Amino acid sequence: MNSSPIKLHIEDVYKSYGDKLVLDNIDLKVGTGELCTVVGPSGCGKTTLLRLLLGQEVADTGTILIDGNPVSHPDPVRGIVYQKYSLFPHLSVFDNVMLGLRLGNSPWWLPWRDNPENKDFAMHMLEKLRLTDARHKYPHELSGGMQQRVAIAQALAKRPPILLMDEPFGALDPDTREQMQLYLMELHEELSLTIFFVTHDLEEACYIGTRLLMVSQYYTDDRGHDASVKRGAKIVADHPLQRQPLNTATKDSHEFREFIAELRQTGFNPANKQHVNEFNLRHPQSFQSLTTEEHLRL
Amino acid sequence: MANSNRKLSPRLWGVHAQQPKWLKVILGCLPFVLLLIGYLWASDVRHAENPNDKLLPGITQMVKTMSPMIFEENRRSGTYIFMDDSLASLQRLALGVGLAYLMAVWIGMNMGVYSGMESIGGPFSTFVAMVPPLALLPILFITLGVDEIAKVALIFIGTAPVMLRDIYLTTKALPREQLVKTLTLGGTDSAYVYRIVLPQLLPRSIDTLRLNLGAAWLFLIAAEAIASTNGLGYRIFLVRRYLAMDVIIPYVAWITLLGFTLDYCLRLLSRKVYPWYHGGGK
Repeated sequence: MNSSPIKLHIEDVYKSYGDKLVLDNIDLKVGTGELCTVVGPSGCGKTTLLRLLLGQEVADTGTILIDGNPVSHPDPVRGIVYQKYSLFPHLSVFDNVMLGLRLGNSPWWLPWRDNPENKDFAMHMLEKLRLTDARHKYPHELSGGMQQRVAIAQALAKRPPILLMDEPFGALDPDTREQMQLYLMELHEELSLTIFFVTHDLEEACYIGTRLLMVSQYYTDDRGHDASVKRGAKIVADHPLQRQPLNTATKDSHEFREFIAELRQTGFNPANKQHVNEFNLRHPQSFQSLTTEEHLRL
Repeated sequence: MANSNRKLSPRLWGVHAQQPKWLKVILGCLPFVLLLIGYLWASDVRHAENPNDKLLPGITQMVKTMSPMIFEENRRSGTYIFMDDSLASLQRLALGVGLAYLMAVWIGMNMGVYSGMESIGGPFSTFVAMVPPLALLPILFITLGVDEIAKVALIFIGTAPVMLRDIYLTTKALPREQLVKTLTLGGTDSAYVYRIVLPQLLPRSIDTLRLNLGAAWLFLIAAEAIASTNGLGYRIFLVRRYLAMDVIIPYVAWITLLGFTLDYCLRLLSRKVYPWYHGGGK
């Protein structure tokens, strides 16, 4: 895993909204083929981080590189699956999945020209996500789980170098959710995708990920408690995860429960403030560059 | 078990009421029948007092007056008056509303998508929408003459700003996620506008069109009443001088029927072409 080429490189990224600092000096590398899950308490800025990667928002300072190229406005380098508004309501399932293949293929003022290769690929994606029978339906005729499956197929049809997912299963009931997690893990392994997966559900994050990032605003450091010091969320934990074989029983094992309890204590408990130097950044690709201020202190 | 104890839902009153299909039809027809009976009764009473009453003509009298207008060529003008009036009015209406619709959709959509367009057009369209169109009528007649153009222009000015603002707001209400998604799927700005936004606007634009047809009729009749040589509104205001209720009432009924038919056809079209829009969900 250490030798896998770097897909995503984030360094010294700050992001604030007005007076409020949301992301505070984020440093991160993600290797190709990882399913990197991002968890954190609500309002910690994990969705903001995803939006920066997507190009929907711009960082105040810092660099974000995907395959060595800086990111700008949204483009096909990143695929996205949202929790809501995931499909275009006026297109059938098949047309939704084909959209990415068509948009790049013919100019907007001409009728779509589909080459058979693309059509086969779309059908293949539909089959993989067990949507073949629903291909002529419109999104409003589908259940929430099916809609998200179509959204995944739609994003993957474009074969993006990195797939971003923003709480994609957040609105689903527990059974459907578990099913979707299995689908995603299967796809991840079969197609060797690089996925950046934001969720607020610790269990989900630990279960499906190959690497877990915890973003949290609950920590302390040496910057003092002056009112002028603004702290935003940092990556407070970074664990490589051992992917279990596709088996939901893992979720009930003792170690799994304990690991989750430990993580919850680290990031979700406002009373428990870890010092920056104690962060558990165990992952080999984890790094933290020093700010000038910290250099001076050393 | 649980159901056996339940009280029967009431037929008519209260929030739990449920009407079977046959009752719905009867209830729907009821006001029409009442209106007709009321009218015929009042007309009868007045004719009993004065056989030459002009205010509430009976059905036979209306038929007698209308049939030469409908079926016989007018000796002076050489046209079938009723047909001529209807076609002239419909043509003005179609031209005025049609142009307004096209402009409203195109500009409203672009204003909703591109913030540059929004900055240019937003304040102006808000301002224009506030001008009472009928107040502009004299200006239109003075500058454009009393021909067709002025009437079409009034309908255009009366309906375009409202439709434009509605389309603009509908476009604005599309989730931003759709734009981001289109871009990540390799779409250009124009592909987003014409392949994603426009198809989603069209069913809504038909609704807007339906709602604004009422206003369009109003402006049509107003323009025809003031300066015209034919048209439904012209005829009504012409025969008003002779208290010819036996012409006015059938004309008003005909205008209402035309409006209703147009509305019904548009609704049917929308249901046929945009099933996803009427599917219940978003």
